[in-house]
Amino acid sequence: MSVQGSRERTRKRILAMFLLAACHLTLAADAYAMHISEGILPLGWAVLWFFIAAPFVAFGLYRLKKLTATDLSFKPLVGLMAAAVFIISCMPIPVPSAGTCSHPCGTGISGILLGPAISVVVAAAALLIQALFLSHGGLSTWGANIVSMGVMGSLAGYAAFKVLRLIKVNMAAAGFMAGLFADWATYLSTSAELAAGIRGDSPFLPLFSKILVAFIPTQLPLGILEGAMTAGMVVLLYRKRPDLLVKMGVLKPGEVRA
Amino acid sequence: MKTRGIMKIPGFSCAVLLIAFILQPLAFCAEKWPGVDESVVGTYAKEHGREAHEPLINTDQGDLLLFVFLIAGTVGGFAAGYYWRVLLVEKSPSVTGRKTETGSKEN
Repeated sequence: MSVQGSRERTRKRILAMFLLAACHLTLAADAYAMHISEGILPLGWAVLWFFIAAPFVAFGLYRLKKLTATDLSFKPLVGLMAAAVFIISCMPIPVPSAGTCSHPCGTGISGILLGPAISVVVAAAALLIQALFLSHGGLSTWGANIVSMGVMGSLAGYAAFKVLRLIKVNMAAAGFMAGLFADWATYLSTSAELAAGIRGDSPFLPLFSKILVAFIPTQLPLGILEGAMTAGMVVLLYRKRPDLLVKMGVLKPGEVRA
Repeated sequence: MKTRGIMKIPGFSCAVLLIAFILQPLAFCAEKWPGVDESVVGTYAKEHGREAHEPLINTDQGDLLLFVFLIAGTVGGFAAGYYWRVLLVEKSPSVTGRKTETGSKEN
């Protein structure tokens, strides 16, 4: 029996090592992203996006301080969402239909659970760490990336979820659409920021349309994936901690199953 | 009846192996999978005379980027796992309720 147990343990260790090695090889690709890289936007545009992002971040910080001061149990949820947005938004996913890589944003789920204001803060923190240490995005383009991923992504996800829940769409479908719209809104605004910044004397609309169309083969399937991820997380929390969703205003007390 | 080989490997491990097997070629042909920052943002920016600058802290040097991504993933994963546990296990009403019933601390 003990010999068999020892063999079983050895077999499990070998399997675990193989899995780790396989995962390492699989993930050992360069970091491909969608954030606007350092230096892409002219200085004037970069500064303008900082000014646009600043009030959203300031209001998000104010809301975060206010909520955590009155309810300590809010902090773990912010921590979870911050970690999730950080991981999700620097996770390059290959899209075989397009032959390119990109990543979801994660601001759909954080917008639903934390509200759009705090979701902007979470996204800003994730983008700053990525710009500083992961060569992902940039410090000069931080403001533009906050506006596209943090502000637009969070607002689109939150609004889609709220509107769909208002018209009695079920939790999973509303979560799915929130993730989908958060992702697509992010890329829509990235296209606008990029077109506005680099166009020079060219007209805005044709360039904006060209960039947007170029994003579609990658972001169309990734948006669907983000929708599925968001729906999965919302439904999981609904089953495990409906009280938390009620506390966060995602659900009304009457909507919780007995 | 004695089970052997693959029959002993749990379903989850099989799924992970299968995904790793399918994705593994991507690791060796990374240049064929440009990111949209390169294929879309970089392309259009270059067409209009803009190019990305080197980041302030350039970790995109050899395998250094893999290292920082691994560290970031590990730290982020641990943080997410920790808070997930706090939210869904430790602060779950069923658990805190049970603790109260047995005389332990509440919430």
